[in-house]
Amino acid sequence: MPELSAIELARFQFAFTIGFHIVYPVFSIGLASYLTTLNFLSLWTGESVYLRLFDYWKRIFAIAFGMGVVSGVVMSYQFGTNWSVFADKTGPILGPLMGYEVLSAFFLEAGFLGIVLFGRNRVGPGLHFFATLMVALGTFASAFWILSANSWMQTPAGYAVNAQGQFVPVDWLQAIFNPSFPYRFVHMALAAYLTTSLAVGAVGALHLLRGDNSASVRTMFSMAMWMAALVAPAQILAGDWHGLNTLAHQPAKIAAIEGHFDGERRAPLILFGMPDMAQARTNYKVEIPLAGSLILTHSLDGYVPGLKDFPREDWPPAPIVFWSFRIMVGLGFAMAALGLWGLFARWRGGLFDRRWLHRAALVMGPSGFVAVLAGWTTTEVGRQPFLVQGLLRTADAVSPIAAPAVAASLVGFIVVYATVMAFGFVYIGILMNRPPDAPSEMAEDAPLRAAGVAPGVATDLAAPEARTAR
Amino acid sequence: MTDGLDLPLVWAGLIAFAVLLYTLLDGFDLGIGVLFPFVRDGEQRGRMLSTIAPVWDGNETWLVLGGGGLLAVFPLAYSIIFSALYAPIVLMLLALVFRGVAFEFRWQTPRARKIWDRAFALGSLGAAVAQGLALGALVQGIPVAGRAYAGGWWDWLTPFSLLTALGLTLGYALQGACWLIMKTDGRLQRRAYDLARWLAPAFLAAVGAVSLWTVFLDAKYAANWFSWPRILLVAPVPLLVAAAGFALISGIARERERTPFLATQALFVLGFAGLGVSFHPYMVPNSVTIWQAAAPDKSLAFLLVGAAPLLVIILAYTGYAYWVFRGKTPQDHHGY
Repeated sequence: MPELSAIELARFQFAFTIGFHIVYPVFSIGLASYLTTLNFLSLWTGESVYLRLFDYWKRIFAIAFGMGVVSGVVMSYQFGTNWSVFADKTGPILGPLMGYEVLSAFFLEAGFLGIVLFGRNRVGPGLHFFATLMVALGTFASAFWILSANSWMQTPAGYAVNAQGQFVPVDWLQAIFNPSFPYRFVHMALAAYLTTSLAVGAVGALHLLRGDNSASVRTMFSMAMWMAALVAPAQILAGDWHGLNTLAHQPAKIAAIEGHFDGERRAPLILFGMPDMAQARTNYKVEIPLAGSLILTHSLDGYVPGLKDFPREDWPPAPIVFWSFRIMVGLGFAMAALGLWGLFARWRGGLFDRRWLHRAALVMGPSGFVAVLAGWTTTEVGRQPFLVQGLLRTADAVSPIAAPAVAASLVGFIVVYATVMAFGFVYIGILMNRPPDAPSEMAEDAPLRAAGVAPGVATDLAAPEARTAR
Repeated sequence: MTDGLDLPLVWAGLIAFAVLLYTLLDGFDLGIGVLFPFVRDGEQRGRMLSTIAPVWDGNETWLVLGGGGLLAVFPLAYSIIFSALYAPIVLMLLALVFRGVAFEFRWQTPRARKIWDRAFALGSLGAAVAQGLALGALVQGIPVAGRAYAGGWWDWLTPFSLLTALGLTLGYALQGACWLIMKTDGRLQRRAYDLARWLAPAFLAAVGAVSLWTVFLDAKYAANWFSWPRILLVAPVPLLVAAAGFALISGIARERERTPFLATQALFVLGFAGLGVSFHPYMVPNSVTIWQAAAPDKSLAFLLVGAAPLLVIILAYTGYAYWVFRGKTPQDHHGY
């Protein structure tokens, strides 16, 4: 392996830990809202299917949330350990935003989570619904603040620079609602909903394919297909607005995404190709004439920037963002197609009978997570070589740490995360694999239950169908 | 609105409050993990976890507030301290990952139970030790040049920091034992009394040793304690420590259910106050003062406006969550 510098290791460590982290909050944001909806429907209609679904997804939510929390604690300390110059310089602005995230979101989620998971019998259905709603609100507040902080790094506003070189606040409203924030927030919130609906839909499809036609399975699949049909097209629109906003504020990122090295009017849309940074051109292009200008400027004659419009040392690495962007967009269109297919099947009255639809929904289950990771890669790598766009270079923001220290901690994170992630996947998989209408006790809990408060119930539950769960 | 307030001092107090609450709340739930090796039975261990399952997440959030709050209001201190304490912080984070996921993973499969019980115990122990090492390294002082850490990579590992690590681990374990005394009954409670009986004197001895050593570690610390008239102000701290220590020992001996826990928590509060006396006026001990480390007043004021009401609300619903799960935790409480 070639000699890696501390900064390369620190960057890899950050990318690795945040990449691991981000999929869980996305899932928790979506699941918390889904649980709130189920809880509400249960209260409103009194039908038991919603409560059964709530209990089913609650267990999966608990794991996803726990993984999100433990990986998130790491993030909040990593700015200090590996990126101390960044922490010192941007702390006066980003610190309070993250402080508000902790105060308004993390505590709200954590404070009510225990009641959501364990407290229904202690507080009653009304308060239990309220607690679920608070957890969902907390997940949104969290997304609000952290995306505001991230957006500030993309499109800084409302700041000044003091004598120590720190960014200091001048106008908080401008800093929070910086130019890219509203677009990024909407895009991310929709991504969370879409990702979750695809995951829920895949679980429903899995059980339908196995011939489980119970009310729970049908309800979960139907709700998920509604969400996909509504949210996927909305997400494509939101993505387009977000792209236009990026063009206005971070044109170099757009140039890299599009694979344009030369800026031009009547620009083509490069569908595929191999951007080559050294030769400053995109090889093996497959392009649609004029479509680049049409999409980015909504006019055939609009000017689309190229990387050569910017100093060479300010170019983001085009090959990475070129491809990560295409993965995201390709998946987005596949999701919209799935949503339409679901609508069509519903219209023709066969939502629960079309096996190819169920197979497609199953395959698309993880696509939301992949799209989220690809999208984050696009926006974060597209900001390089800056950490704060145009103002603070990534190379100047790292801690004065030695490469061995970062390398050692990196190995630690990789080993621990890989282990924990593998188990997390397996356990979430086991839970999803279980039919939603199976009795909720786990096989190995039966003796524990029998020794507990209600032995009669435990014996009833130990009936044969409980064992089919495994 | 915030004119006339010494904002950096107010925030130093609030950050200290967050860290104190963290040690009081996550202390006992880390302690539960530290005690795992001393309770062999799988069902008893399950009950131990059930006593903290509804609240551990909120408890750990105070650590995030301590870290995040430091970044927000003392970015310079944040950047220096976490570079200096690189190894213990990373160790703590990795340990917290293991113990955090164990709460959920343990219940998934029978085979998982053994693995994750071990992960929970080791993770809790690792986090406690790492926090103790970090505490010791802080108390020793952190050398700074310009706006960056200027010490070595192993500065945090000294006989003194090992002693603080031992002390804090014993303290958390004691908190855990006293929590179990309060929240359980029968065999498990009996076991908790037995553990508390030797943990209490061990912890008190460690507190005494650390306190004495601290005072002689640096002339500034000694001056903070013994200079006239300051001594009048700070003298109650060691006296109250003696009183709480007595309440603890006698509470365990007379098999009270709440007194041992409250006395242990009081000892943590007093120990924390003692640290405050020693550190004042430094944010990074003996290098950077509270006012040097603070972000601009505009940052401090902006966050304070929201933090003040939010903290009150947080304390209210945190209290409510504890109240919902009040009383003895039943055996099979992990009632998903």
